Formats: sequence, structure tokens, C-alpha cells
Amino acid sequence: MSSIAPTIAAATALEESEVYRLREDFPILREQMGGHPLVYLDSAATAQRPVQVLDAEREFLTHLNAAVHRGAHTLAAEATEVFEQARETVAGFIGARPDEVVWTSNATEALNLVAYALSNASAGRGGPEADRFRLGPGDEIVATEMEHHANLIPWQELAARTGATLRIIHLDDEGALRLGEAAEVIGERTRLVAFAHVSNVLGTVNPVEHLVSLAHAAGALVVLDACQSAPHRPLEVKALGVDFAAFSGHKMLGPNGIGVLYGRAELLNALPPFLTGGSMITTVTLERAEFLPAPQRFEAGTQKVSQAIALAEAVRYLQRVGLERIEARESQLAVRLHSGVASLPGIRVLGPGLGVERAGLVSVVVDGVHAHDVGQYLDDAGIAVRVGHHCAQPLHRRYGVTATTRASTYLYTTEAEVDAFLERLAGVRGFFGAAS
Amino acid sequence: MSDLADLYRDVVLDHARTPHGFGLRDGAAAESHQLNPTCGDEVTVRLHLGPEGAIEGISWEGHGCAISQSSASILADLAPGDSPEQLRSRIAGFRAMMRSRGEVEGDEALLGDAVVFQSASRYVARVKCAMLAWVAVEDALLKLG
Repeated sequence: MSSIAPTIAAATALEESEVYRLREDFPILREQMGGHPLVYLDSAATAQRPVQVLDAEREFLTHLNAAVHRGAHTLAAEATEVFEQARETVAGFIGARPDEVVWTSNATEALNLVAYALSNASAGRGGPEADRFRLGPGDEIVATEMEHHANLIPWQELAARTGATLRIIHLDDEGALRLGEAAEVIGERTRLVAFAHVSNVLGTVNPVEHLVSLAHAAGALVVLDACQSAPHRPLEVKALGVDFAAFSGHKMLGPNGIGVLYGRAELLNALPPFLTGGSMITTVTLERAEFLPAPQRFEAGTQKVSQAIALAEAVRYLQRVGLERIEARESQLAVRLHSGVASLPGIRVLGPGLGVERAGLVSVVVDGVHAHDVGQYLDDAGIAVRVGHHCAQPLHRRYGVTATTRASTYLYTTEAEVDAFLERLAGVRGFFGAAS
Repeated sequence: MSDLADLYRDVVLDHARTPHGFGLRDGAAAESHQLNPTCGDEVTVRLHLGPEGAIEGISWEGHGCAISQSSASILADLAPGDSPEQLRSRIAGFRAMMRSRGEVEGDEALLGDAVVFQSASRYVARVKCAMLAWVAVEDALLKLG
């Protein structure tokens, strides 16, 4: 269960001195890049891992590794037990029941799992209890203009397979979803609404409860992309009221190759499976198969066992620090980043204006200098940022750019690192001869 | 010279700021559009032939980083007067240099100013930037038959 006590976020932000102590747990942060200390500002792409997480995976593999949910020997039983404990830990982290947590390879697979389960229901799979999930011509799926491709393309494809129509909630100039448009787009034909909790490009924090209430009033399901929220702020899926949520391990101090799908138990148990095969069945004949309840029904084949155990350790690490404290800290860093960039001539930040809530990231457009060149210039000083479209081409097109330079923070980011980024960024237009 | 200054020599920055051959012209013998999906950079090149079948010029449009834009511009300077075969051998020489991770020094007689991209070949992530227009011209040459 979550050990997070409700607190007033602003009053309890992690302090700089605590951040320096936390950094001791992250060996990679002591690396030098071309003679400069690494300034890692790319955690929105992938976070670094503390030794506790690395050790947990090694510890499991050293002493407990065995195939889970099969085999009767002692090691297999113990491995299964810690594997399921990991599920309980992650469930507790988001305020869900353990049987509502499905392991996937990543968030992309989690979102595709929902899309394909609905697709299979639409094709008549899943029996009478899956009838309510059937999609067809006249039905509408709603996504938004700010989505990562992983929360857009599965819905494009689902619409194409079923004959449903994909509709879009667009962005305003300040990086917010147009809520008036949302109220018009979400209606009686809407069967599903998919959106990000936090934008991976803009840092916008979406009004989840509001969108959930619109969707549920229309009888639609809600799919939340929580990739940029689960690592950085409390995520209480029941309180938010979402029907599904997806996030990935590697963005929250955990390993690559593991993601999580949360789904309300009642929905997961009524949906037909996506991937089929071993470990997800009750009875199999040569003609047909019957499936286990969730979550096993969605966990065909060999599972990501050591990764799940390491992810649970990452969750415990985050809980020890406290998600509210991380959120408050990153909120401060976001202001430092944003106001710092705003003071630089010829450089513009996409997304919410100063004073509006923003996750710990800024994506910037430098007049006269392409994002790749900005990234190279920063990299030369050991500063690692993301450049490109960040898997959100429609969003970039909306703001008239093809690529941006994104700096993103995490619980180990120092003020000095933010300042190093700002100082270096200040020189970029001069170097490329773009400063007038 | 620092690594960064070596990567972004004046010749690169000058070409990136005022690219040669920029702007698509009518009357092309072949055209190719290439995209770098990781960054969204794209280029469209057109091959224009003279009466003898030699390359009269390359016109192009696109957007991208200083490396990709200057590389396209330098290629547009090199190509005029070449036979398709000569241009193909320039592209082969450029590719060999760009794939060498800084090991192969470009032949200046063959590559002209494009030898500056030897420094870019050390940055694996930038090789595609430098190659973008060259791959497009290679594709357009194929379409000439």
C-alpha cells in the first residue's frame, strides 16, 4: 500500500541538499562526458536507475530465479511469490487492486493491449460479456492533438479495423486542450477517450477528472497515458476514475522492457485477450481455449520477472522519497527552467505560460538554429537533452515546428544542472550566428 | 580546434545560412524525397540535365539541421558538369567517408568542401543528417535509369 501521507506539496519539496544525497544512489550521474560532468536532462525519455534497483534485479537472479506460475519446485514457488509481491507493490503505488495490474513490455504494448482487446471484442471474440465493447461504424474514439504516437496510432488503427471514427481534441496556443471542444466532441457516439495525464513535450498537466466526467457521462471508457505522471507525481487511478492507465518502468527508475497496464477488474475480466498462448488459459483443446481471469489472461508467455521485481524496488524507492515531494521539487525546477529560458532572446518555450502548472520539462524552439544543432552544442558541454519530435509529430505540426529541444528533470536533478543548461543555451544562437 | 568547432566549421555554417541550389526548379529529369524519421528532417532534390546528359544542376528544398542543410548545399555546388556516373562515384566516396567514424579522410578532388563532414562521421547520430541529400540524389540518379 502506498505509504504517502497527504501533505501540502509546496511546503515539502525535496531540498537541494537531499537531492545531492539521493544522487549518491545513481552511479551514472558521476560519469564524465568528454571531460565535462554529465548533466542528465533527459529523464522524460528514460530515467537513470539507483543501485537499489540494480541490486534488486541482480539479487533475484542470483538467488531466486525460476519460471513463475509453472513448475512445482521450491524455487519456482518462491519466484512466483516475489513476482506477485511486485504486482502488489505496483498496485499499491497507484491505488489499485493487484489483479488490476497487468505486466506488459512497455506502455506502448499496454495501450495496444487495450486497442487489440477492443478490436477482438469487435470481431466477436470474448462471448456475450464482451458485446458491450464492440466498435463499428457510427462509434467514435476520441484522442487529442498532444498525444505521444503510442497513444494515437493504436486508436487510428483500431478505428480503421472496426469502422469507428477517430475524433481529436485540439490544443490551444498555450499548450492546453480545448475543453470547450472536448465537451462538443465527446458525446453519445463516443466509446473511448484516450489522453495523456502529462504531455511529454509541453509539460501540460491535463484536467483528468474533468475529461473523465465528460467521458463517463457519455458512457465512454477512459484510457490514460500516465507515462509522464506515474514517475513524477502521485497517481491514484481510483480517485481519478480512469478505466485504464498505462506507464513504463524505465521512466520511473525501473528497468527497460517492463510496462504496466492498469484496468478496472470488471473490464479486464470481460475483455478478450490480446496475446494468446501459454500461461493464460484454463482448458485447451485442439479447437479452442478458455482463458484465465485477469491479469493472467493478458500475460501470455514467459513474463518479465526480474524486471517486475526491479520495478517494485523502484516504486519503493519513489515511495520512500515521497511522490508529493518529488512533484513539488520538480515543479520548482520547472519554474527555474521556464523562467530561465524565457529570459533568453530568440528562444521560445512551447506549452503553458509561466504561472501555469507544468511538469519538470521544457521544450524549446531556438530561432535560426535547428534542434539537432542545439542538442549537439549542449552535448559538447556534457548536457544530455532530447531533440526531435519526441514521438509527437502532430503536436509539433500544431506549433509550426518539426523538432524541439527538450530538457526534462527528475528527483536527482540539481538546480546547478538546470543553471548549466540555461547558461549553455544562452550561447547557442551566438555560436551558430543566429543572434542578430 | 574543439570538437564542436571542428563539426561546425565556418564553411558548414555559411552553407547552412545561405544554401546553394535551394528552391525547386521546374524541368527536372528526376526527383527524390527523403525523410529522416528520427528527427523529421526532410529534403526534396531535383536533378536537372544538360543537353549532353550531364548534370546541369541540382535544385532542392528541405529543412533540417546545419549539417543536413550545408551538406545538401555543398552537393549542389559539386554536381554541375558531372556525368551521372561521376556523381555516383562522388556519392560513393562520401558514403565511405561518412561510414568511417572519422577514420577515412575524404578525397578533396572528389568531395570538395564536403570533406569537412569527416568530423561529422565521428558522431554516429549525425551521419544520417549529412547523408540525407546525398541519398536523395542517389535515388534520383537511379530513377534516371
